[in-house]
Amino acid sequence: MESTLPWLILLSPLASALLILLFAHRSKALSVLLSLSAVFIALGASLLLVKNATDTLTSIPWIDLGPALKLGIGLKVDALTRVMLLVVTGVGTLVHVYSTVYMAEDEGKSRFFGALSLFMFSMLGIVLADNLAMMFIFWELVGVSSFLLIGHWFTKESAAKAANKAFLTNRIGDFGFMSGILLVWSTVGTVEFAGIQENLAKLTANPTFLTLAGLCLFCGAVGKSAQMPLHVWLPDAMEGPTPVSALIHAATMVAAGVYMLARIFFILEPSATALAVIASVGAITALMAALMATQQNDIKRILAYSTLSQLGLMVAGIGVGAWGASMFHLFTHAFFKALLFLGSGAVIHALHHEQDIWKMGGLRKTMPKTFLTFAIGTLALTGMPFLAGFFSKEAILLAAWHKSLTIFAAGLLTSLLTAFYMTRLVVVAFFGHARTDAASHGHDCPAGMTVPLLILAVLSVIAGYAGFAEAIFGKELFHHVHAAAPVALVPGLALGAFVIGTIGAWILYHPAIKDPAIFKDAYRIKDPVRIPLFANKFYIDEIYHALIAGTQDMLAGFLGWFDHFILDGVIVRGICAITWGAGYTLRLLQFGNLQGYAFFFGAGVVVLLYILTK
Amino acid sequence: MTSLTLNHYLLASGLLFSIGFAGVLLRRNIITIFMCLELMLNAANLSLVAFSRFHIGADGLPNYNAQVLVFFIITVAAAEVAVGLAIIVALYRARQTTHVEDLVSLKF
Repeated sequence: MESTLPWLILLSPLASALLILLFAHRSKALSVLLSLSAVFIALGASLLLVKNATDTLTSIPWIDLGPALKLGIGLKVDALTRVMLLVVTGVGTLVHVYSTVYMAEDEGKSRFFGALSLFMFSMLGIVLADNLAMMFIFWELVGVSSFLLIGHWFTKESAAKAANKAFLTNRIGDFGFMSGILLVWSTVGTVEFAGIQENLAKLTANPTFLTLAGLCLFCGAVGKSAQMPLHVWLPDAMEGPTPVSALIHAATMVAAGVYMLARIFFILEPSATALAVIASVGAITALMAALMATQQNDIKRILAYSTLSQLGLMVAGIGVGAWGASMFHLFTHAFFKALLFLGSGAVIHALHHEQDIWKMGGLRKTMPKTFLTFAIGTLALTGMPFLAGFFSKEAILLAAWHKSLTIFAAGLLTSLLTAFYMTRLVVVAFFGHARTDAASHGHDCPAGMTVPLLILAVLSVIAGYAGFAEAIFGKELFHHVHAAAPVALVPGLALGAFVIGTIGAWILYHPAIKDPAIFKDAYRIKDPVRIPLFANKFYIDEIYHALIAGTQDMLAGFLGWFDHFILDGVIVRGICAITWGAGYTLRLLQFGNLQGYAFFFGAGVVVLLYILTK
Repeated sequence: MTSLTLNHYLLASGLLFSIGFAGVLLRRNIITIFMCLELMLNAANLSLVAFSRFHIGADGLPNYNAQVLVFFIITVAAAEVAVGLAIIVALYRARQTTHVEDLVSLKF
């Protein structure tokens, strides 16, 4: 029983995806039913696993190439897996339920739920994998399902482009990941986590090599968890339906990178250089994404940059050695960020696909339930004491405090900025009076959408408490969460950052939305703070575009020249000219005089005789 | 009396061959050219017979291999004459000429 549960969790979404793809895609209701039942089965089995809290490992042999490579399809269940299982299936279930309402009118509902099931299958595969090769396969499958879901509305050009961008950007990171797996395998001779851990000495014997392998593996996380400099795909991925953004681009898939780093932390730990790089990348991402978020006007984009920033914080946490704290933050973040995304989805749904926060306003009164839950999510994210985010963020900051003050400062500044931009979002979108017609007709959504919001709101409150978290993490793993010695100053500073950020945003933006000018011209953004550098995301997209377009133009120009002059000119035409020229020259010998031929024949014989008798 | 040596025969053969070749190069009438070709073949025959005669083996007999070769050449020459003359007759019927200078249509 214990060992069949993981298979049930993994295979029920696959069965659902296949059934929908092959048979049920004509019937929307049946597709929804299949997908929902698969996710509920997975959730139930995950809950059972968490309740039993026993570690299992089942494996069936797959590839056997002698001692060099022995690969099994193995499912590993330990404390780390159980946490991720619960996050993935828990948030997944709520998002499935929410989607039945959100996507009710959609033409491609069956396709959507099929892709959602495929995503659940691949994500659970990453979580359950007991070796790097299997993880890589599911890693790629997650990329595929993410591509399908971002591009769900593929007739919209921006969505199709965003899907391509996400997929291609991820490929860069995946290449690094694959190189890392090969590097590890070339030394250790196995890709199974347990095997690598046993033979870690082989890897640590060469520190440079170890650092290289660790950083290559980290590349995979950089792609999937959207760290600098591969973060550009995540904000664009908001083109997908909002439930997808909540599930994939906030709670689960982007967390896969952090999970992977936690899983292979024993490889990273011996290399101080690798950890330092990881911490810096994470801190830079956290800070820059938070700065970008302060100047966005699209409700989903603000949340996307916020996700980037929080992921950066988790990665930085891994970098300072606090992988337990990072997993804890991943756990709490999944709930409140999913809540925020689903809340924004409710707003977008009610306002008929209006996403600009400056065209909202006054939603506090028209959508009270959404406002309440959204506010809870915001406070949990910004680090309000006694809510989930406060505990988990503090755990990371504490670890950073002990390890590196620079990282700690970056984390603290990120917290301040987080409070600032989230308060800005809430104030502008929910307070004041409605600034457009659509906003004045806002209404709370049907129960299918509000119930998941309420459940997530409850979880956002309680997820941080030791009693609740420990029940899920298990004693042993939870011990890693609060490994760092407590320092009284850290929560104080975190609280200070929260207060300054929140009050600062309130002072700046609350008068701004009362400004009568904004009602006269609702479509003109009245942002009292304008920093083009942040609003344009540090021009990174433009730089990439210029770089890629520049190199492509150069390459294309060169290849064009090569094709025209070398391939066509020298090779093809050259061979033709030589053959033709030789033929023409030899043709001149055909002058028609019989005796002339005889003369040449005789002369040839004489020459031959001369040569032979010399 | 100075006896005839192999060189004398070869000289005569070479002379005949050269005359034949000169004829092939210089004469215009195709029948004459044909006769000159025969002359060249027979020059070769002459040298072969001479080789046979002057190559006495251990048993005191000449080497008959060369003479056999001569017979082959004579046979081939006869066949060649038959074919060649037939072609010339056909050519004359078609063109009313046997001068090589008039037969130059096969050229670039």
